[in-house]
Amino acid sequence: MARVVVLGAGISGHTAAAFLRKKLSKKHEVVVISPSAYYEWIPSNIWVGVGRMKQKQVRFKLDKVYKRWKIQFHQAKAISIHPEGNAEHKKAFVKSVYSTGDQQGQEFVVEYDYLINATGPKLNFEATEGLGPGKNSHSVCSSSHAVESWNALKQIFEAAERGEHKKILVGTGHGSATCQGAAFEYTLNIAAEAKRRKILDKLDITWITNEYELGDFGMGGAYIKQNGYVVPTKVFTESILAEFGIKWIKRAGVYKLEPGVAHFELLDGTKDSIEFDFSMLIPAFAGSGITAFGKDDEDITAKLFMSNGFMKVDADYTPKEFEEYSVEDWPETYQSPEYENIFAIGIAFAPPHPISKPMKSVNGTPISPAPPRTGMPSGVTGKTTALNIAAKIEYNRSEIAHKASMGRMGAACIVSAGYGLFNGMAATMTVNPIVPDWENYPKYGRKINYTVGEMGLAGHWMKLSLHYMFLHKAKGYPFWWLIPE
Amino acid sequence: MKTNPKVYYEEAYPPVPLGFVRFMRKFFLWQLFRFFVLNYKVMRIVAYGHS
Repeated sequence: MARVVVLGAGISGHTAAAFLRKKLSKKHEVVVISPSAYYEWIPSNIWVGVGRMKQKQVRFKLDKVYKRWKIQFHQAKAISIHPEGNAEHKKAFVKSVYSTGDQQGQEFVVEYDYLINATGPKLNFEATEGLGPGKNSHSVCSSSHAVESWNALKQIFEAAERGEHKKILVGTGHGSATCQGAAFEYTLNIAAEAKRRKILDKLDITWITNEYELGDFGMGGAYIKQNGYVVPTKVFTESILAEFGIKWIKRAGVYKLEPGVAHFELLDGTKDSIEFDFSMLIPAFAGSGITAFGKDDEDITAKLFMSNGFMKVDADYTPKEFEEYSVEDWPETYQSPEYENIFAIGIAFAPPHPISKPMKSVNGTPISPAPPRTGMPSGVTGKTTALNIAAKIEYNRSEIAHKASMGRMGAACIVSAGYGLFNGMAATMTVNPIVPDWENYPKYGRKINYTVGEMGLAGHWMKLSLHYMFLHKAKGYPFWWLIPE
Repeated sequence: MKTNPKVYYEEAYPPVPLGFVRFMRKFFLWQLFRFFVLNYKVMRIVAYGHS
């Protein structure tokens, strides 16, 4: 009997747990440890944040699904990994602390044969003074945050409906933040909702971003084929914002928020501030903060994790200049180089370096996006890792057959720009591969024939159908495994 | 002297769609066709990219 422990039940961890249970015979155990009682389909949070979906539509309780699948579920937060065991435990184990119920605060230990770290990011609001819910800005990074955002935004809309002019600021809340796509979607949805309510002229909406050029999205931008031209995503993105009358500030690292004011530094070193009545700013991400200990309880955290808390995997972490970046640097198996029974997937793995060119202001402040690993890559790395572990357990395979490098896989990104079956809109963008491969595709870095960039109602239908399809899949309804990641 | 407010700032330069493009973006039959085209293009990436 083998036991596989999955830390985290987000898109990546939940996908891994589902496929492990499907592939492993019943004598083997799958254990999920996650601090939240819910699975959330995070891409739909932007609709919760503009009041077009309820929180219950984007999440469901995990315990019922795991009970049906016969997966052990602990609602708890993992605090330390002990890959060599210790004096008390011969086998490797994870120490966690219950986050709810009668046992809240109580520590417990689960031994493992294989461990998947899918803890996702820590939303590092503390990295920017005054940033975050409960302080001076809002977030859509969780459905609870999105509900709070909508409660605040609703008041702005009501004031605009009374004829008052209001200022809205949306974007990245730190010089090294990522997830520009989600913030961009939220900006467009605010504008679309305001347009539907005929109050767009009462709102002064500004998009603030750490990107060098708009449309970078943390992946160094892309080229798309459009109307007989090859167009950079910069033009595509700026065109969408201009259409809605949204202003923008680029190359900006927000470093401090005060009530109604955001202070930022630009790449040229100048410092400025902007006033707002409502703001939604994405924080920087960090690893979840799990520590690691050796056989004699010595601290080996630095052996398993990078200093930012993300786990080291089979990537090439040699420091390099941007010009030397290669797709070969990116991991394929997500296996720890130190312990072959430990894997890190989704946002939890440490990328070898950014995809966008790292930049610093003249004052030395880093102002450029971190690489994205959300959405499709999260699901794909979850599934491939589950298949690899299942093959090791069931067939005793030593080699890793399934590989999923971000330098080989493509991704589709559907950027919602308004909700409605007949009036909705979304920009559908595809890139292949996610990490530009300048050696094989020297002209555009990616396969230009595989790229798409198109605005329209069809994109909204796709985004909406993905919402229902992926929730169907996550709930383990019939034929869930046929739905790709 | 009056200055032209439409130029010399970032937001003035991107291309913006005219009426026909905006109409086609929401024209049901055209979008139904595009829905299948886009699904095909996304599925092509999914099939190719999943090792």
